[in-house]
Amino acid sequence: MDKMNMSKHISGKFNEELEAVRNRVLSMGGMVEQQISDALEAIQKGNVELAEKVLSSDHKINKLEVQIDEECVHIIAKRQPAASDLRLVIAIIKTIADLERIGDEAERIAKVAKESFNKDQQQLLASLENLGQHILSMLRKVLDAFARMDLEAAYEVHQQDEQADRQYEALTRQLMTYMMEDSRSIPKIMDVLWSARSLERMGDRCQNIAEYIIFFVKGKDVRHVSPESMERTVMGNKLD
Amino acid sequence: MISVNPSTSNMEKLDLHNLPAEQTALDIKNLNLYYGEDQALHDISMRIPKNRVTAFIGPSGCGKSTLLRCINRMNDLVEICRIEGEIEMHGQNIYDKNVDVAALRRRVGMVFQRPNPFPKSIYENVVYGLRLQGVKDKRVLDEAVETSLRGAALWDEVKDRLNASAFSLSGGQQQRLVIARSIAIEPEILLLDEPTSALDPISTLTIEELITELKEKFTVVIVTHNMQQAARVSDQTAFLYMGKMIEYADTDTLFTTPSEKQTEDYITGRYG
Repeated sequence: MDKMNMSKHISGKFNEELEAVRNRVLSMGGMVEQQISDALEAIQKGNVELAEKVLSSDHKINKLEVQIDEECVHIIAKRQPAASDLRLVIAIIKTIADLERIGDEAERIAKVAKESFNKDQQQLLASLENLGQHILSMLRKVLDAFARMDLEAAYEVHQQDEQADRQYEALTRQLMTYMMEDSRSIPKIMDVLWSARSLERMGDRCQNIAEYIIFFVKGKDVRHVSPESMERTVMGNKLD
Repeated sequence: MISVNPSTSNMEKLDLHNLPAEQTALDIKNLNLYYGEDQALHDISMRIPKNRVTAFIGPSGCGKSTLLRCINRMNDLVEICRIEGEIEMHGQNIYDKNVDVAALRRRVGMVFQRPNPFPKSIYENVVYGLRLQGVKDKRVLDEAVETSLRGAALWDEVKDRLNASAFSLSGGQQQRLVIARSIAIEPEILLLDEPTSALDPISTLTIEELITELKEKFTVVIVTHNMQQAARVSDQTAFLYMGKMIEYADTDTLFTTPSEKQTEDYITGRYG
């Protein structure tokens, strides 16, 4: 919070506007987090009601995205933010787009949760649990990093995505073995595979958000750069 | 609303700290300036590149106008003012004893905050400097009037009433007339001291547009209170605070990722 230095503008109204939009991003993040957690529980327990709840809640996240975008447009138009203020607004606009897509992926998982699976197939669903929890913890951590604009935490989340990718690959191989064993189960297994894919995509989007945090703090765009160059940016002491 | 100037963003970024001599219009070296006992400028060193727009920004009293005035020795008129250090133009210190100040000011034109046309016709305002130089040929004068007024983006508005009084023009037009008067004598450097602070937003945009055209022919140095204006028109920006130059960088960098906290606080409107 101190790093963001947000309360020190000469214009008190500007402070309020930035603070309000930032809080909205955090509550949007909280909603997305809840959606994933509900979707995971629904698919594990075959809880159709909970799956329905996820499906009927997504529009709230979409609405919030539109609202935040609009507020950011107003800030740009009225305040012409510069330097860290400008980077904050840009980081917010990009972050909420990724949050919204994470919400969509949760919705996709909830759709799968509505299907009925037999005993054998439910075992498959259990294998989603690990990946799901890993992604959930990545999202929590990146939201936390966003709230504090914590560079180190953002970088850690960025690193954690590799583990998510590995888990996803392992899961894919496992599911393919099942498909080869029993071709009648392929449609259901495909559903599970798509859910795994959704989780893996969520991890990528958490990684994106981590990049926006690094951009805000360091003023450097670390998308599509080598891991070494990214490390240099994160470890460097100054804006350069 | 903000007009994007494509030439600014496409321009290669200069290494301002190691600017080669052939690209340097002004080389300011360890400049200190005192008003009596008070030191108004502290050890300013910077190179101002040719055919670019350089902006000085900073809060009131930070010394930005003082620094600008040093470039054409306007501070000579202030009796208690004392200057140390050098400002080199073409390798010569403009504060050398043998420098002819009048000649210097022909090479370094200046435009002030409030438009100050002379109580004469539009035509006479533009040719004023040339007449002082002894130019009498009507054709030369006519041509200078058209070129300068075109250069100041005023020609189309006044070409049919060149003999009307300069005071019949609007504030924004008067300011462009003053710019036309300055460029008629073809200076190398044009100093603009808050040229739009007395103008309405539309006239301001016209002048800003003009500034980006002027740099094709001249080196422009502008002092402005309006940070967004500096961001819009300049290629590099110097931030001054309490007589010291805190940061000097290309404008894109300074306004997105300043390296000094004081710069950041100033351009984002925070308490220092």
